[in-house]
Amino acid sequence: MDSKAYLDMSLLRFTTAGSVDDGKSTLIGRLLYDSKSIFEDQLDAIAETSKKKGDEEVDLALLTDGLRAEREQGITIDVAYRYFATPKRKFIIADTPGHIQYTRNMVTGASTANLAIILIDARNGVLEQTLRHTYIANLLCIPHVVFCINKMDLVNYSEESYNKIKNELQKLAEKLKLRDSHFIPISAKLGDNVVDASKNMSWYTGTTLLNLLETIKISDDRNTVDPRFPVQYVIRPQQDRYHDYRGFAGRVASGMFKPGDKIKALPTGNTSVIKAIDFHDKQIDEVLPAQSVTIRLADEIDISRGDMIVNEANVPTVGNAFDMDICWFSEQPLVSSKKYIIRHTTNDAKCMIKAINHKTNINTYEKDMDDKQVKMNDIANISVMTSKPLFFDPYKKNRITGSVILIEEGTNNTVAAGMIC
Amino acid sequence: MSQTIERNHLRELESEAIYVMREVASQFERPVILFSGGKDSIVLVHLAVKAFWPAKIPFRLLHIDTGHNFEETIQFRNDMVAKIGAELIVGSVQKSIDEGTAVEETGIGASRNKLQTVTLLESLEALKTDAAIGGGRRDEEKARAKERFFSHRDAFGQWDPKNQRPELWNLFNGMKNMGEHFRVFPISNWTEMDVWQYILMENIEMPSLYYTHKRKVFNRDGVWLAAESFMQLKDDEQIVEMDVRCRTIGDVSCTGLTLSKATTLEDIVQEVAAARETERGGRADDKRSEAAMEDRKKEGYF
Repeated sequence: MDSKAYLDMSLLRFTTAGSVDDGKSTLIGRLLYDSKSIFEDQLDAIAETSKKKGDEEVDLALLTDGLRAEREQGITIDVAYRYFATPKRKFIIADTPGHIQYTRNMVTGASTANLAIILIDARNGVLEQTLRHTYIANLLCIPHVVFCINKMDLVNYSEESYNKIKNELQKLAEKLKLRDSHFIPISAKLGDNVVDASKNMSWYTGTTLLNLLETIKISDDRNTVDPRFPVQYVIRPQQDRYHDYRGFAGRVASGMFKPGDKIKALPTGNTSVIKAIDFHDKQIDEVLPAQSVTIRLADEIDISRGDMIVNEANVPTVGNAFDMDICWFSEQPLVSSKKYIIRHTTNDAKCMIKAINHKTNINTYEKDMDDKQVKMNDIANISVMTSKPLFFDPYKKNRITGSVILIEEGTNNTVAAGMIC
Repeated sequence: MSQTIERNHLRELESEAIYVMREVASQFERPVILFSGGKDSIVLVHLAVKAFWPAKIPFRLLHIDTGHNFEETIQFRNDMVAKIGAELIVGSVQKSIDEGTAVEETGIGASRNKLQTVTLLESLEALKTDAAIGGGRRDEEKARAKERFFSHRDAFGQWDPKNQRPELWNLFNGMKNMGEHFRVFPISNWTEMDVWQYILMENIEMPSLYYTHKRKVFNRDGVWLAAESFMQLKDDEQIVEMDVRCRTIGDVSCTGLTLSKATTLEDIVQEVAAARETERGGRADDKRSEAAMEDRKKEGYF
């Protein structure tokens, strides 16, 4: 390997949805194994555990089920993060359990993903859980969805079976208006079309899964149009050498910033010009989404944590009443009369629930206008009012300035994820 | 020439870690960085310096000293602290043993690794720490694969893995009640390879222990260990001199050494790429049982 080649690798975060029976763990095991990301001592350890349990084959699911309770019960309780790399890309897998009661884990894993892999058993076709997984990928605006029609070996690698399922999925993708969807016939167990092209499906002319993961274009996934910089922390060195230094530290939520840009600070509405953008001891000419930098302004204007620096000519909505889709996480149902803490970018406020507009059945996509009880794993649309104005964009346009969490006072638990409409 | 930040996986991981560091400084009153002298904690300090430049880092460094450290670790630590002008606090396992709050293991294979938890929790309490930043990574060990960036600990310092707060987008919830604290892991998403590539890209100074050197060692159950005076040898164990380096640095009693010729960071990256064993494969502390790490973590280990 060229010694500098690692400086050209990019990072792709993806989630995998599907139940144990769909071969999800086998697929992840296959990706890790074929990309040589499993070490010998890890293989030895799981081989020994498989033997203790009386399994004949090495159970690759043991690689992802990290907690004692999970191994004992043979189930996945929580999102597990896995890592592998090829010379082109580093991958972060959020491996989420697929059972219905774990909607919250799927939502959590999906929130940071660029891509979702949804597994379908070729023998069973599109099931209720396929609808559920696709709904969540769409709700969380994951830019790319890859449907893997698995266990092709068990349907004799039949093109007809594959096309039938693919047609159904295409209709689903159109209905949900998925931005970018892909279809691949695979056998995770035998390796067909995962890393190497299948010798059993010459009728399939598309790419293998790994090749797609390595080459899919992700540079357009982030919003580069609307400049938003939530201020995290104000840097004031209080040393003689940097006596007048006052920098606003943060991570670009979206859009681009350059020195000389005319900016507006929210909520004050004060305007100024960017004097410099610091990245450690270097001054940067342009900063892009997701980069952590420090911005200095030409004028001394009042800005602190929770404020947002935006382009003077492109401002987000400033308001204290809006609608959002939520996924409820807590075992305690939502209490309409209760005030929750709402966390949005680096800002906190109190929030009141004004109305529960409808709940969505994620298996059938039917809306229920009458049921006002929001329980764990429910998806609902609600109207809220906040104790102070927030500066936001619709989630569909901006995954960072459009997302919130709700926190319960007292327990301090994160009880819901919200996507602003 | 126009100056921008390169776009690659290391810069993205770095940006994420810096973001987490700044969240800690904003959400907590008395945060510390847990500094072990190992590569992960050295990278943490480097990231903290970058996150708050040109100001000094707003964290104190806490080192839990087992008294069984490599000499080079202590020297490196002291030099680094002086260079960045940070405040260092040392929690001594020997002191916990002397005061009777920790009881030393005896016999062959005895280690002070587990006792560190006692001293760590005592130190965090004495400092009234509300957030302890650690270099834990999810790829290190299977129990760590389920760890959050912001990991809540109850008043006894314990971790409840089955009841963790969901973590979405980049919204970290560090709210807590009196007496509770958080462990924060800014480099959760890094692998061993990412860490070494980053050290190479940034040209970060590392302790000499990570490069090959001649050392008196002995082999126990296939693992090379340093023959320091406090290590008890079995009858059939022979001390020999070998070219070795550390892949991880911990307490001497449980740090396995790798036979290596690596003299540069490039060599180390090549070696890590070719490795067929995990870096913790040489760690005696993880080999005690399948859930050894989960059990120690629940009690409050790093």
